Amino acid sequence: MSALPQPAVDVTETLSPGRETLHYAIRNPKLLIGFTVVIALLLLGLVGPLVLDNSDPMEYVGPQAAAPSGDYWLGTTTFGQDIYAQFVHGLRATFEVGALGGAIAAAIAMVIGFLAGYRGGMTDEILNMFTNIVLVIPALAVLLIINAYLGVRSVSVQGLFIGLTSWPWAARAIRAQTFTLRSRDFVDLARLSGCRTWRIIFREIAPNMSSYLFMMFILLFGGSILVAASLDFIGLGPTDGVSLGLMLQSAQQWSALQLGMWWWFVPPGAGITAIVGALYVANVGLDEVFNPKLRES
Amino acid sequence: MRRYFARKLLAYALTFAVAVTVNWMIPRFMPGDPVASMVARAGSSQPEAVDAMRSYYTRLFGFDQPVWQQYLHFWSALFQGDFGVSIWVFPKPVSEVILDALPYTLGLMIPAILLSWFAGNWLGALAARRKVLDNTVLPASYLLTAMPYMWVAVILAWALGSKAGWFPLSGGYSLDVQPNWSLDFLLDLLHHWVLPFLSLFLVALGGWAIGMRNMIIYELESDYSSYLSALGAPQRLIRRYAFRNAVLPQITGLALQLGVLVAGALVTEIVFAYPGLGSLILAAIQNQDFFLLQGTFLFIVIGVLIANFVIDLVYVVVDPRTRTGMAGGTA
Repeated sequence: MSALPQPAVDVTETLSPGRETLHYAIRNPKLLIGFTVVIALLLLGLVGPLVLDNSDPMEYVGPQAAAPSGDYWLGTTTFGQDIYAQFVHGLRATFEVGALGGAIAAAIAMVIGFLAGYRGGMTDEILNMFTNIVLVIPALAVLLIINAYLGVRSVSVQGLFIGLTSWPWAARAIRAQTFTLRSRDFVDLARLSGCRTWRIIFREIAPNMSSYLFMMFILLFGGSILVAASLDFIGLGPTDGVSLGLMLQSAQQWSALQLGMWWWFVPPGAGITAIVGALYVANVGLDEVFNPKLRES
Repeated sequence: MRRYFARKLLAYALTFAVAVTVNWMIPRFMPGDPVASMVARAGSSQPEAVDAMRSYYTRLFGFDQPVWQQYLHFWSALFQGDFGVSIWVFPKPVSEVILDALPYTLGLMIPAILLSWFAGNWLGALAARRKVLDNTVLPASYLLTAMPYMWVAVILAWALGSKAGWFPLSGGYSLDVQPNWSLDFLLDLLHHWVLPFLSLFLVALGGWAIGMRNMIIYELESDYSSYLSALGAPQRLIRRYAFRNAVLPQITGLALQLGVLVAGALVTEIVFAYPGLGSLILAAIQNQDFFLLQGTFLFIVIGVLIANFVIDLVYVVVDPRTRTGMAGGTA
């Protein structure tokens, strides 16, 4: 007697929501590849400067304008500075400005988006007008003016101002999502039980949007890095220290292109592209993990 | 219809007012003293010269007047078209310097924005059709959109300009040619235009392709698509309707991306030493020419506002629902 065929049991049916998300997350190639690249570069930025021979990436250590070799993995600049040392120090600054700018922009976007979406009415109108104004004014132009007048610039100040100018699109998106959530039953119940506005927002609405907020932060992080690189390139970067954008700027300033020193301008841009591209791809993967309709398998 | 546009114009006027106020406020509220830095730049040690320069710059910046008077003066100068005098190419007025550079920037940006938008949408729609195309176009687009504009510019300049020698590396036109209206000069201009245009085009293309592909997939899964295919409509017809619906958010997306595209154009010009606003900004920063910088900021804001208004007009033309909404009907 053969046994009756058993219906296949989906292994995820027995897991809690958090574990189920993790189950799909681990099996999503885009998410894995994206995060792996970002974490690898982050580790390189954190550990790299520590294992270098000397601590100052701007020191003149080697032969001038040397191509990559066994001694200097990414070659040297026209002044004889080690490009690999500059690269790993620059990764640190780039991650720092991305995290700071992204966090500040995310915080502002959440405050404004939640308030406008939840309250509606006049608050919404005013905040909407404010968001539109900041949205239309080009961020780089404002940052140019601000940074030009700052005497001494640091990575944290740069991150602060980038955060202050890049939040509008995120605020709009959060507001739209909050609109859909605020008419739900659990929000009405919370309101009936006398919870105050911000408590409802942070206890009821935000946790239901947590995946969305996380993806928003990733996009703001990537955007911050790109804006910071542009600012550095124009010459309004941190006044001392190294960043990937500043490396591109000095490569441009010292005619690396005309002299054919590709090892000076290719690595920093490739680093930025790798971080931002990996973040975008990981974001798509996260979208698939959180939204079952998008899953392919 | 008139009320809709009146509201839009009011919003843009308000934005312009805020931009002008920000422009006026920043020198006065940033740490540090622009007058002191200008005086220090001259490097003179004679006290009479230093005093004379200090009083001159104070008058130039308007710091000797009460604050509200400075603000009103700023606005009245603006409406007279007076953006101040450039310190870098003293005594040329800022408006003249900017208007000299503006055609190059516009000639670079407008074709790049329009062509990349059309080509990107077309590519994204194509990728949404077949899996094979999707698997090549999508990763390439993500790669392109993650690249910083100036890096793509440098790579293109190196590959196509330096190594292959097909295109010149810098300038708006050759050094040995004088600007005139001959065919030779126009061809030379075009020759110098290709690489900056290409770098702007490629990066922007990636973004539009990704957006369009996602929108088309979303539209192809909607009710009307399923209904049409159940009725037996040819796939091409369904795709055409899906494309039309998917284009609408892309138009709004264009308005949102303008700031990013302008920033990209500025850094690309710096890489190629293209004589547009980007190189002007670089020179202004390096020479601490604050008035030129503020003038370029205002010009950029005005340009972006005009572009936003044009896009609003286009949207009203393209989407019939906005027109019925304005006439009081329901969509």
